[in-house]
Amino acid sequence: MFVLLPLAAVIARSAQGGASAFWDAVTTPQAVSALELTVGVSLATVAINLVFGTVIAWVLVRDEFPGKGIVKGLIDLPFALPTIVAGLTLLALYGPKGPFGFSVAFTRVGIVLALLFVTLPFVVRAVQPVLLELDREMEEAAASLGAGRRTVFRRIILPNLMPAMLAGVGLAFARCMGEFGAVVLISGNLPFKTEVASVFIFGQIESDNVTAAAAVSVVLLAVSLLLLMGVAAAARWRARHEG
Amino acid sequence: MRASRRLRAVALAYLALLLVLPVGMVFYRTFEHGVAAAWAAVTTPDAIHAFWLTLLMVAVAVPANTVFGIGCALVLVRQRFPGKALLNSLVDVPFAVSPVVVGLALVLLYGRAGWFGTWLADHGIQVIFAPLGMILATIFISLPFVVREVVPVLREVGSEQEEAASTLGASPWQAFWRVTLPSIRWGVAYGVILTTARALGEFGAVSVVSGKLAGQTETLPIHVEQAFQNFDLAGAYSASVVLAALALLTVLSMNLIKREEVTR
Repeated sequence: MFVLLPLAAVIARSAQGGASAFWDAVTTPQAVSALELTVGVSLATVAINLVFGTVIAWVLVRDEFPGKGIVKGLIDLPFALPTIVAGLTLLALYGPKGPFGFSVAFTRVGIVLALLFVTLPFVVRAVQPVLLELDREMEEAAASLGAGRRTVFRRIILPNLMPAMLAGVGLAFARCMGEFGAVVLISGNLPFKTEVASVFIFGQIESDNVTAAAAVSVVLLAVSLLLLMGVAAAARWRARHEG
Repeated sequence: MRASRRLRAVALAYLALLLVLPVGMVFYRTFEHGVAAAWAAVTTPDAIHAFWLTLLMVAVAVPANTVFGIGCALVLVRQRFPGKALLNSLVDVPFAVSPVVVGLALVLLYGRAGWFGTWLADHGIQVIFAPLGMILATIFISLPFVVREVVPVLREVGSEQEEAASTLGASPWQAFWRVTLPSIRWGVAYGVILTTARALGEFGAVSVVSGKLAGQTETLPIHVEQAFQNFDLAGAYSASVVLAALALLTVLSMNLIKREEVTR
């Protein structure tokens, strides 16, 4: 009840004026550009996450080096750090007063950077356990049959990791679509340029345009719920076919 | 061998640029004018009020979600009933929903024009733009952690020991306290830590319902944002360091618990 009722209120509010009013609210130029931007930066973020998350998981599982324990612990930091602090830390280093002489503040690059920060653990944490359990004999067998490193990776390791990688990406994408705290400071929230959907919703609430806020919220809700259901269904499917 | 070293360098450089250096920079900026200046910036009346209000959020949301979380996990693992799959996916909804949407939902329910708005106004209860609404937002956002951590542990320990306890004459209550709770304690602890971290740092949902009145409805994360927007960088950085220190503490205790679980 505690979860369902508030969501019902949002959906009811967005449907108040009928389907055409809902459509009008979602298709105003500002709303469309915010939604497009959100999907775009989220896709960019998860693509980078997919590569670097897997690399990090690989290094944490297969590599040995001093200080590895600390690095392992650090991976969880973005989950523990308040999102607003995440945004501020990135601004301190890569913002207008940073030491590098360039600034990503108020740019789309800045938004992607903020999203990369908060979603770092998803792919790493999804891939790590699978990699730990991966049978190394398969790789050795392939190598002894003359497969090069590249072939082993492409034909043996990647197919085994793929489900976990995609699950991590799904969760990260859902998180990106709704992220607010990390993005709000760094993006500058310029309509049509750097305003993502969650910031757009916030602005609409502030200016008392609750219907538009509710309508865009429903779009976000639908996307992220579908994604999470997809990830859960994929996990169930896999459990059934492997168990 | 060289390839693996190159991978390691890539991974570590990525983490340094994205995580370590930015967080380090905030610490540096906070203390570059000395500890006294940082202390002064973080002990303004507004900052102190924000700190206590944040602790209040944690003090209400964490126990509420712990009790609910254990109960909900027990129901999900031990009982079969129609609609169980629905409940199972409902629990995850707060993870999937944007915090801003959560805030909007609460405004639509409890705000002046909301579903319960008139009733609440008649009874003189203010939820939106007041701590009560912020607490509701915090509970909503941090709802799934304990459930999600306890469910797999419960599934693993099974119900045999409980059944043994009840054949030996233990009441359900006794069985819970003496058998079930001790066996799931690490799962609960892990969930509580995650809940605490989230409750401390929640910004989006709380800022929608808070109205952001300095010294009244500002939590520490909101204080960081407001200080930054008002060009009070010292205040923003020093409050961030307090939150970052709490986050580091969280990560540390998470790792300790993991180790405890492994060595057990």
